Amino acid sequence: MISIVLFWVLAVAALVFGFLVFRLDSMAQVTFALLASFLAVAGLVLLLGLSYLGVVIVLMMVIEMVIMAVFMIMYMMNPAGLMPMSMFHNTKGSAVIAGVVFVALVAGILLVDWPTRQGEAAPDLTFALGEALMGGQMLTMMTLGVTLFATIVATVVLSTNRGRYDRFGDDLDRAVADDPAGGGVG
Amino acid sequence: MADALPLWSVVLLPVLLVVVTWATVAFDAALTARAAGGPSGVGAALAVPVRETARLLVGQRRRTVAADVVLGRVGGAVLPVAALLAAAVLPWGRLPVADLDVGVVWFNAMEVLAWAAVWMVGWGSNSALALVGGYRFVAQGLAYELPHMFAIITAALGAESLRVTDIVDAQQDLWFVVIMPVAFVVYLLSAAAMTFWGPFDAPVSRDVAGGAAAELSGIDRLVFAGGRWMLFVAAAAMAVPLFLGGGGGPWLPAWLWVAVKTAAVLALLVWLRRKVPTLRMDRWTEFAWVVLIPATIAQALVVAIVVLQRGGM
Amino acid sequence: MTLELFLLLAAGLFAIGLFGALSQMSIVMIMMGLELMLNGVIVATAAFWFYVAPGGTDGQVLIVVVITAMAIEMAAGFAVATAIYRSRQVDMTDDAADLAG
Repeated sequence: MISIVLFWVLAVAALVFGFLVFRLDSMAQVTFALLASFLAVAGLVLLLGLSYLGVVIVLMMVIEMVIMAVFMIMYMMNPAGLMPMSMFHNTKGSAVIAGVVFVALVAGILLVDWPTRQGEAAPDLTFALGEALMGGQMLTMMTLGVTLFATIVATVVLSTNRGRYDRFGDDLDRAVADDPAGGGVG
Repeated sequence: MADALPLWSVVLLPVLLVVVTWATVAFDAALTARAAGGPSGVGAALAVPVRETARLLVGQRRRTVAADVVLGRVGGAVLPVAALLAAAVLPWGRLPVADLDVGVVWFNAMEVLAWAAVWMVGWGSNSALALVGGYRFVAQGLAYELPHMFAIITAALGAESLRVTDIVDAQQDLWFVVIMPVAFVVYLLSAAAMTFWGPFDAPVSRDVAGGAAAELSGIDRLVFAGGRWMLFVAAAAMAVPLFLGGGGGPWLPAWLWVAVKTAAVLALLVWLRRKVPTLRMDRWTEFAWVVLIPATIAQALVVAIVVLQRGGM
Repeated sequence: MTLELFLLLAAGLFAIGLFGALSQMSIVMIMMGLELMLNGVIVATAAFWFYVAPGGTDGQVLIVVVITAMAIEMAAGFAVATAIYRSRQVDMTDDAADLAG
């Protein structure tokens, strides 16, 4: 009974906050509306018994959305929404496409004869996940690791505008790096 | 959750957290009074938090132009709530209120809510200095969070469990602070950093007129400052089950040992704030990324080898 | 609570995210739409794991993959937005249509 009530509250919250992401004017509020949607989904994942993944989603999304808020404020012309302006293009076409996709998905969901539940959940799901990632799914884990490392390198290369020649001079012979702000390993 | 404290502990937890926070604020006030040469004594010190709370309760709320009231208020309220939820996995003696199987990750997720809270409070009042404070905390968070995660996961690694009571049980023979001193020191530093405490108080420091809390007054300031103190207490108290053997110790009952050890950690951190000046953000960031992260990874490696030697897994 | 209800929620989140990703002009807002779509994928994956194959761990692994994909998407997106903003002060997709056919 409690879980049914929780499901409906969390599901409606996820959808409403998701909808608010594209309705609110203030970019800061938009970011935290998205965070609220994620937290509701994390609650649903917890409700399904995946305690580790649910808590990890909370942990990750809070960090991710705070960083996102910083970038939102940095790149938007109107971060606080004090001068409402339209940031949409082709609203009608987008709405039609999204509507058609939704109807198609709903039709599929309701028409397909889904398989019945098979098997029993492991007693310790966190342990089972760790064992899978370090055993049978090792290749997945390694791919994720390498991809994340490649992302770190690629994002730094893309987003910085200063290379080592800017910092250490044309002959790389400067003793201390010439940085606009302090810090940074010389 | 085979065995946890009875249901009344859920009601008692906020009371207990507030009482411990009260004692900590009073201790801090006593040190301040002694340094200033003012009236000292236990009674005077204990009255300080009460007087301050009453003053803030009757104080007016400050209104700023075009403030984002929703985010500002939610951000302030998140701090005490996060502290309370984080404290739910702290064992009082042998058992916590909620003995979650992923207790360590839960604690980490709750304290990360402070990131969002401080930024939202800084943003909410539509004031430049407050927003500077909010941004400083995000920069500080990016510096402390990874060493912090490695530090607490090292304790979990040593016990081969994410459950806080299992971590306590694993320290019956040897406290984790002995085999993972680096992780313990990093944990204390990051506990101070996550509650913008001591040398890490740049987000609310005086050079930006109070930073994230610059425009707060009345009940808003009470909730923000109280939540920050409560988070500080919860973060310091978590060092006891993670590294100091929880309720383990001779002669005394478990709950008394937890109280004694928690008081010791709190006193250490309160004392530290008075001895160390505020660290500049760029220096702390560089130190965290270049020194602390490799150090904590090496520490985790050492602990992993110890666990394997012991025949774990 | 049934599988269909969870999947309907997932479809709703996915469609809202798709609408945002298509209709927003700002690069950062488009990334919000993508994140919302992945949010729906998380719901669907968790529901499939619970209602179809709770015995295996593939559903859990897939959620880990989706969360990682979110992190990578955000990092790469902000890096591209920073690079393009540095070179010509552009943060709208309509101004960055060089590769349009």
